[in-house]
Amino acid sequence: MTTLVDRPSPETEPTAAANLRRGGVLLGAAALLVVVCVLSLLLGTRTVSPGTAWDALFHYTSTDDQSVVRDLRVPRTVLGLLAGVAFAVCGAVIQAVTRNPLADTQILGINSGAALFVVIAIGFLGLTSFTSYVWFAFLGVAVALVGVYLLGSASRGSPTPVQLTLAGVALGAVLEGASSAVQLIRPRAFDYLRFWDVGSLAGRGLDIAGAVAPFILVGTLLAVAVARSLNAVALGDDLARALGVDITRTRIVALVAIVLLAGGGTAAVGPIWFLGLVVPHLARWVVGTDQRWILAFTILGGPIVLLIADIVGRLVVRPGELRVGIVTAFIGAPVLIWWIRTRKVVSGP
Amino acid sequence: MTLPFAAIRPGPLSVRFRVRTVVVCAVLLALAFAAAVVSLGTGDVVLSPKEVLAALVGQGSPIADLVVIDLRLPRVLLALTIGAALGLSGAIFQALTRNPLGSPDVIGFNTGAFTGVLVVTVFVGNAYFMVAAGALVGGLATALAVYLLAYRRGVQGFRLIIVGIAVNAILISVNQWFVIKVDLQAAYAATIWGQGSLNGLDWTQVPWVVPLIVVLMIGLAIGGSRLLLLELGDEIATGLGVRVEAARMVYLGLGVALIAVATAAAGPIAFVALAAPQLAQRLTGSAGIALAPAAAMGALLLIVSDWVAQHAFAPTQLPVGVVTVTVGGVYFAWVLARVSRTQ
Repeated sequence: MTTLVDRPSPETEPTAAANLRRGGVLLGAAALLVVVCVLSLLLGTRTVSPGTAWDALFHYTSTDDQSVVRDLRVPRTVLGLLAGVAFAVCGAVIQAVTRNPLADTQILGINSGAALFVVIAIGFLGLTSFTSYVWFAFLGVAVALVGVYLLGSASRGSPTPVQLTLAGVALGAVLEGASSAVQLIRPRAFDYLRFWDVGSLAGRGLDIAGAVAPFILVGTLLAVAVARSLNAVALGDDLARALGVDITRTRIVALVAIVLLAGGGTAAVGPIWFLGLVVPHLARWVVGTDQRWILAFTILGGPIVLLIADIVGRLVVRPGELRVGIVTAFIGAPVLIWWIRTRKVVSGP
Repeated sequence: MTLPFAAIRPGPLSVRFRVRTVVVCAVLLALAFAAAVVSLGTGDVVLSPKEVLAALVGQGSPIADLVVIDLRLPRVLLALTIGAALGLSGAIFQALTRNPLGSPDVIGFNTGAFTGVLVVTVFVGNAYFMVAAGALVGGLATALAVYLLAYRRGVQGFRLIIVGIAVNAILISVNQWFVIKVDLQAAYAATIWGQGSLNGLDWTQVPWVVPLIVVLMIGLAIGGSRLLLLELGDEIATGLGVRVEAARMVYLGLGVALIAVATAAAGPIAFVALAAPQLAQRLTGSAGIALAPAAAMGALLLIVSDWVAQHAFAPTQLPVGVVTVTVGGVYFAWVLARVSRTQ
């Protein structure tokens, strides 16, 4: 059996000073998020001045530049905020609940589950409105979660991080293959899905943002509600029980949060790779191991990273665009490689 | 239980094999042959198994000769050999990573092969050999990149797989970027190829694909015994006198070569490499991954999958990869069923 050794960060700072520092980090992150949002309105194939953006929002006179900001970049930025929160928070919750530092909606095959069910809904059932196929995304996430857990526990009772990771990869591959199969059998759906399943913030209106916002909000609130209990879960089941934590309830709430966040995020913008892997790792590195601080950081950090990736995607291949899902894969994959290369992987009983 | 062993000792090369393994191999091969005969008789011109067999031994009617030998036989031969190659490749990777999920499809080989195809399609053209070369180079480059990135004082199985996932992610992104850049028609054609397909294969591919795979199989047959030792773990294998890292490199080379030839010929066909060794091991009841049953199982899976791909949704011919994905799904369902039974 293989286990991963994750070096625990030494919590040597006195609490008050540490919390002051963490609060500072959060303030800094919030300021950075505002800056990134503004840049997201200004930058792109057609770069506009701050004054134009201001007018687009408050004194709209329908010039071309203003309509680019108002009709394209505002929805895009809002979606980036929502999806960034969804995937990053979802990653933090999955990592905490599985005690698996490698857990991520993409690695565990969960995005693929959501995507497959959406593809089926669009390709075979002809559903085209977001509010109708989002439910399929939730169903897909739930099915993938159950599948990956059962597959991961194939060898012994509770799945090890390694088992879970491998099960997720394998399951994700099957689900992706099935998605491709559906797209081949239904070429009409293929053209529509080609752009959706890369993960992109473009080409979607504020209506989608409005439709998905409640789900992501509820999911985030649930994640916050169980943050404290997840701290106890991180210590192991026995210790958590001794501390009076209801493990089953914590897990169920966490799972509902994962379904809402991953399903909502994937249905809205397609699968975004590795955001849920990278941001919580960044959070642990900056604010330590307390799940409550981690969540606070990922709520801000997720959209920061996603919007920066989106802006980069707009600028690097002008006049074309790289989809944000591609950019995050490029950012996330090296982090994953670095992580696995710097960890000791021990073979033990 | 005690296992019946038969041993042949022609001098230094001692071959031990279990009777059950031999029986399983024989049954799988017989089934694969039966499927091949059925496949040779199916299509616009329907032939009875008797007519097919007559044509195979040169006693057939002119029309049967034309249909069976000229038109259908190459595809069937390729399905059998490519299936065997996939099964063997999967067996090697699973033995090396000591993990039932450590198959080439998981560590990004297929995705890399598809990247090579897309690059060739976009920048060079879509002549068959160009595309095949692109697949080969793409797959090999990916495997090499994964291996080098995972190398730190040797290659550890789990690290190899995680690095594979990461490299896979980058390549999937690159592939999707290509698919978006090129027009819908080209993207659709490339996607079909990217699924893996035996459509359009004929006698032109047989003279190089079949001998290559056979040669690689012979190489494995000569050196296959060390693989079992590697499966016991590095310490034990070293203790038994195996130069672990060198042996690993050789096997990795053979495994990559097998999957590369298969991919160059038919595109990245998913899940045969993953499922065949495991199913075969279940049937033989052996402790480790056995090579010969994995090859026989791969051949059977692919010939049956290809028959389904050609005729299940007629007149639409599906890429065989779509069917093997279903095989993968069924395989996982079976694993899940076993898990829920044991819990």
